[in-house]
Amino acid sequence: MASTWSKIAFAGVAVIALGAATAWALTKPEPHPESYWANVGAPDLAHGEQLFWAGGCASCHAATGAEGDALKVMSGGRALPSPFGTFHIPNISPDPQAGIGNWTLAEFGNAMTRGVGPSGEHLYPSFPYGSYARMSANDINDLFGYMKTLPASSNVAPPHELGFPFNIRMAVGGWKFLYFSDAPRVELASADEKVKRGQYLVEGPGHCGECHTPRNALGGFETGKWLAGGPNPEGKGTIPGITPGGPIASWSEADIVNYLETGFTPDYDSAGGSMVEVQKNMAHLPKSDLEAIAAYLKAVPAQ
Amino acid sequence: MKIRMTAITTAALCLGLAAAAVAQDNPVAKREQMMKQVGASMGALGAITKGEKPYDAEVVKAALTAISTDMKAFPDQFPAGSEANSAAAPAIWENMDDFKAKSLKLAGDADTILASMPADQAGVAEAMKTLGANCGTCHQTYRLKR
Repeated sequence: MASTWSKIAFAGVAVIALGAATAWALTKPEPHPESYWANVGAPDLAHGEQLFWAGGCASCHAATGAEGDALKVMSGGRALPSPFGTFHIPNISPDPQAGIGNWTLAEFGNAMTRGVGPSGEHLYPSFPYGSYARMSANDINDLFGYMKTLPASSNVAPPHELGFPFNIRMAVGGWKFLYFSDAPRVELASADEKVKRGQYLVEGPGHCGECHTPRNALGGFETGKWLAGGPNPEGKGTIPGITPGGPIASWSEADIVNYLETGFTPDYDSAGGSMVEVQKNMAHLPKSDLEAIAAYLKAVPAQ
Repeated sequence: MKIRMTAITTAALCLGLAAAAVAQDNPVAKREQMMKQVGASMGALGAITKGEKPYDAEVVKAALTAISTDMKAFPDQFPAGSEANSAAAPAIWENMDDFKAKSLKLAGDADTILASMPADQAGVAEAMKTLGANCGTCHQTYRLKR
């Protein structure tokens, strides 16, 4: 009898261990191998600067209220409220202690495209690596090269203030298992080069969907609602949809380009909230890229 | 049946009158009207900037005057408790002085430009930039996303 019980107990332990091993296998941090980041050559700094603006780095990592050249000081320190708690945005300036001055390209690249920090830890998806995952090794190399030319800051941001269970980094592995993907957000049949360029900019570095797509209770994008808009995750108000079925349905591609260039809607209302900074970033892009974004926004399914 | 119809008609009439009265006294309606007028003025300047309309000194002057007049009166349309059902962010009442300063800054910019009237399309384009920078700066903090 005792032996039967011990067998059952042993089987139970084995099942739990197997479950834990499976869970670990499915949710462990998965950086790209070192070889992925080798042989990228010298960075193209001009392209790196374009990616810096397309990626909106300054919108979070520059100090609150920064303008002009101060937007290039990646001191961190802004607070980003969310339904899961408050994130304090880190310093990513080239300072070797407070910033990322000692990081290798592989460390930077794995943070950007795999959500894995330099100690092999999961990063919180408030940092939009779920979008940046679409950037190539060469893109990352160019951006990293450019960011090394920016001023260093010794500012140290406070730790994140998150409630249980979001304060457990391992839990991010579960989120990644459910929601992390570098596949296209929408399949666009017969997309030409311009639309494909727009798709890369919007779904990748531009990370537009991070705000413009509604999320479920676990912070994953709701399926079939790409760019449909929804409640503002940072607080009051709502984020407008930007598909051909939403409030900008009547805008022409030229209207969208003009909005991203000047901040004015076709009836001369202006950008508001965090879109003000996004628009200022986008205004740094070549006009052909803004036209590509407009073409893509006209090609996505209406919501 | 007849009594019910009369009651419904009376109720509808009262509601209609109430709505009309609200539009006049309602600070939300009033300030939204002002913003629309500023937007229309920017539109008039924008049309000249983009070359959709020819340069017209009278149009430019009217637009700049409207912006200046509206923005001077604009911050007075935010009495305590007028936050509901509007795009006004709570930050307005937390930083009323800054909110007023930002509103008057745009009025001041419009006055400065009026004083040295833009003489051609390029001048209007330059004025648009100066004025336009105010829109985002204020909306970033004080208007809710919607």
